Amino acid sequence: MKKKLYDLAHCRAGDKGNTSILSLIAYRDKDYAVLCENVTAQSVKSHLSHIIKGKVTRHEVPNVGALQFVCEQSLGGGVTTSLAMDAHGKSLSYALLEMEIEI
Amino acid sequence: MSRKRETLRIGSGAGFAGDRLEPAVILAERGGLQYLGLECLAERTIALAQLRRLKEPAEGYDVLLARRMELLLPVIKKKRVRLITNMGAANPVAAADLIVEIAKRRKLDIKVAAVTGDDVLKLMRPTDRVLETGGPLSAYKWLVSANAYLGVDALLPALATGADIIITGRVADPSLFLAPAAYEYGWDPDDLDRMARGTVMGHLLECAGQITGGYCADPGKKDIPDFAHIGFPYADVDVDGNCVIGKPDDTGGAINLITAKEQLLYEVTDPRAYVTPDITADFTTVRLRQAGPNRVAVSGASGKPRSPTLKVSIGYHAGYVGEGEISYAGANALQRAQLAGEVVQTRLKGEFKEIRVDYIGSTSLHGKAYDESARPYEVRLRVAARTATREKAALVGEEVEALWTNGPGGGGGARKYVHEQVGVISGLIARDKIKTEVTVREWRREKETV
Repeated sequence: MKKKLYDLAHCRAGDKGNTSILSLIAYRDKDYAVLCENVTAQSVKSHLSHIIKGKVTRHEVPNVGALQFVCEQSLGGGVTTSLAMDAHGKSLSYALLEMEIEI
Repeated sequence: MSRKRETLRIGSGAGFAGDRLEPAVILAERGGLQYLGLECLAERTIALAQLRRLKEPAEGYDVLLARRMELLLPVIKKKRVRLITNMGAANPVAAADLIVEIAKRRKLDIKVAAVTGDDVLKLMRPTDRVLETGGPLSAYKWLVSANAYLGVDALLPALATGADIIITGRVADPSLFLAPAAYEYGWDPDDLDRMARGTVMGHLLECAGQITGGYCADPGKKDIPDFAHIGFPYADVDVDGNCVIGKPDDTGGAINLITAKEQLLYEVTDPRAYVTPDITADFTTVRLRQAGPNRVAVSGASGKPRSPTLKVSIGYHAGYVGEGEISYAGANALQRAQLAGEVVQTRLKGEFKEIRVDYIGSTSLHGKAYDESARPYEVRLRVAARTATREKAALVGEEVEALWTNGPGGGGGARKYVHEQVGVISGLIARDKIKTEVTVREWRREKETV
């Protein structure tokens, strides 16, 4: 069955320079394992391929049931000089939650 | 200098320069606080403040300082709440002078301690390495500001003066909240676990409303009660640095595991190594627990010794950005907007290194629509480009505005803008190069009558 991440998890986007940091947090503790298995650094990079130009690192944060995706070169050159309207990439959380996984 | 406190309550009254004014007043008035922190300096804010100081030497502090102080001074004096804030921006001593002026006019005794030493522009060398590029700083021709992120060690002497208000320039955001806890409980800077826990507390507070429902609410999924009036948070910190996050009664918003987890991880590039001037903290050992309605208990966290270098935030002049916008609606709206975008690009071709064209309502935020079946009823074209002069940047808006009479059918609501742009990059500086200072300004009623 296909499921959108939006149904399983919530997400907040943060920024440091040209790096976007996406926190993907399971609503229910038991879904953390599902996220770990199905949402990889590679699948996030390909889902957001036209946004993320650099490396994606995935950190596991089991104490809060979350995966932290650190996405380099993802903010149009950096928050302060990007020509994008959403220079901080604050709305990118909802682009990640559009991702579908098979469970 | 260990004190006899059982618990300590520290509030967070602003999470960015433009944040709402009244939640801090509510916190100070009926939050039962001993300390109130106001975090008002984003990456770029201090560079913009430095530009103002260059034009007018007595300025360069936060533009909302007077408004916030007019509201807060009477309350913090009445309730004996000490205020700690980075609203000094590029000129903490001038900010202290302004606060004393306001207090004097209101006949309130006041003592303000200004912390300086974060301004390291004169210490930066062309060969210093830029963290973002790996290349030398000399690649940036027009530097506006360079400010080191100061930590708790710079704030403790200011707290020791007994001042009502401690005002600073660039300080690491969590340090604004960790400092009063370290001061009141007399924590040794080498007490890694307590400093790490206090840093987690500071990190949870630093964005104010972002832990009480702000930047979180999603109707039907993450509902937040009385969302128009979210209260700002405080932490009840114990002697070991563990804390409970709460907010004043009868305010809106929510504090729960959803809001707390989102804020714990916010902007953290390595959950095992969150680096501040005070500590390198491990967030994967933090435990969060709902401890009651709108109360989340925070414990755990461990630390490794602080880095021998401090991060420096460097502002440089990055030219001007010109923007223009115009809207289309109804049948074929997206195609007419796209045609308009092509016209502007054709006419500006060769003038700018990069021209960004966005279709607001369709693909402007994420570069594509993840739901491709959704046809927008209306679309707003936005064109933006950066260049060296204000005059040339204005061409972008002029070309978009000209679509009114020369573009596709039904184009309306044209707007044009030009912004001066300050970019921010970062570097590192050795701690021992930095000398911080505390300048005290005060006024008391009896002095006036002598």
